[in-house]
Amino acid sequence: MSDDSILKVRDLYRTYDIKGGLFRKASTLTAVKGVSFDVKRGSTLAIVGESGCGKSTLARMLSMIDAQSSGSIEIGGMPIDIAKTGISREMRQMVQIVFQNPYGSLNPRQKIGHVLEEPLLLNTSMSAAERKALALEMLQKVGLQPEHYGRYPHMFSGGQRQRIAIARAIMMKPKLLVLDEPVSALDLSVQAQILNLLKDLQDEMGLTYVFISHDLSVVRYLADKVMVMYFGEVVEYGTRDEVFDDPKHDYTRTLFAATPQADVDSIRKRLAAKAA
Amino acid sequence: MPLLEIRNLRVEFDTAKGPFRALDGVDYTVEAGEVLAIVGESGSGKSVAMLATMGLLPDTATITADKMEFEGRDLRKLSAKERRKVIGKDISMIFQEPIASLNPCFTVGFQLSEALKVHTNLSKADRKARVLELMRAVGLPDPERRLSAFPHQMSGGQCQRVMIAMAIACAPKLLIADEPTTALDVTIQKQILDLLVKLQQDSGMGLIMITHDMGVVAETADRVIVQYKGRKMEEADVLSLFEAPKSNYTKALLSALPENATGDRLPTVSDFAGAGGF
Repeated sequence: MSDDSILKVRDLYRTYDIKGGLFRKASTLTAVKGVSFDVKRGSTLAIVGESGCGKSTLARMLSMIDAQSSGSIEIGGMPIDIAKTGISREMRQMVQIVFQNPYGSLNPRQKIGHVLEEPLLLNTSMSAAERKALALEMLQKVGLQPEHYGRYPHMFSGGQRQRIAIARAIMMKPKLLVLDEPVSALDLSVQAQILNLLKDLQDEMGLTYVFISHDLSVVRYLADKVMVMYFGEVVEYGTRDEVFDDPKHDYTRTLFAATPQADVDSIRKRLAAKAA
Repeated sequence: MPLLEIRNLRVEFDTAKGPFRALDGVDYTVEAGEVLAIVGESGSGKSVAMLATMGLLPDTATITADKMEFEGRDLRKLSAKERRKVIGKDISMIFQEPIASLNPCFTVGFQLSEALKVHTNLSKADRKARVLELMRAVGLPDPERRLSAFPHQMSGGQCQRVMIAMAIACAPKLLIADEPTTALDVTIQKQILDLLVKLQQDSGMGLIMITHDMGVVAETADRVIVQYKGRKMEEADVLSLFEAPKSNYTKALLSALPENATGDRLPTVSDFAGAGGF
């Protein structure tokens, strides 16, 4: 590749057919409307927007869970269109995803070791011993202990489960990691630990993140580039500082104004307004 | 006399492994016209305290307190019947999941008038008028049409507005809001918080906000109680809490906010705890 973009998306659309019924006509819903962007290797793109804006639909297309209706996705120079070509092992290794609710994404009857080894079992031809060695190495990398290998998901706290989900996602050494609200379900102090872990892993392994979130303070902390979506369209796209310092679109401004301010000056202002 | 005064509240749950103490000797006072925020992470006992006050905990819970008074009346001595007269009328509560708190089988109008039916002597026509007035007060558009709407036909923000309307139907003296905006988008969160604060200021009721979000605390509270593992870490007015937090736990919580990040890494709570925890 001439440039260092790992992900290229051009004019991406996704429509869903809504079935008609007794009282409703069949219709189509366009969840993602003509989205284009690039993500550089080793950087983080944050996608912000409220429920129903299409950010999770976009995540599903990037992680090859859903096919696009039209437009192109290119990951590491390879065009992705699973509706036409299906998914090969190489394609699966390129992208992994981490979801919001770590407990919901772990099988309660599967030991952690097996959770981590399963992607290798399915997609590579490693021996059992090699898989186990890699799983143990990964546990260490995300801040867990080797003795956690044989335990079940219910024996872990929410933050630890999210570490496991992250470990599973990076087992395949993906080119791109899609993080769909990975810290929204976590307590503030645990959120800080997971954000630190994500930063460390990025530095260490040169990972590229697409980070989906509704929390602007998290986005500001983590992102290199920010994309704001509203009703399936990109209304704002730029570097973090461009977007946060000088938001262009009305919706972005509304979003910033709605975010609670936890600094002393804002509290003072509010109390003064209340006393008046 | 404070509106709500609780001294040395303890809550224990019977579990298979013996009693678990969820709340260990915490005091709460709320004055009329005051917004108290109770903030803490999961397991801090913030919800348990208010559920104990409302009498909503299951039988496995043992509640003890030196004092538990609402307007000078001892809440512990109330019979179930007397308690029902207070709960829902003078003290009411809204919860995190608005869609789960509404009954999917009945219309919004029916559910709103139910509280009035139980607690007031209003006629059917008067109840309907009051319901419409409430729906306007919480900013639900087109209230006449919404009377016959079912919960699933409305968005999460609208359902939370209905819950708020229901909670203020009998003009309560104390409103307890347990994570009222956690399940909502930021723009909707802003609207709901503004609405709660406006209703509180207009009516002069006491408001208790239970939350884990320091941003929500900063935007709404007059006074703040910080809890951790069933104990009170700090109690202060909102400005002093953010300006000069006294307890190490509060300092840890504030510095874990991504917007307060100074270096490349976020400090975590364990960086602040001593060898024996907090």
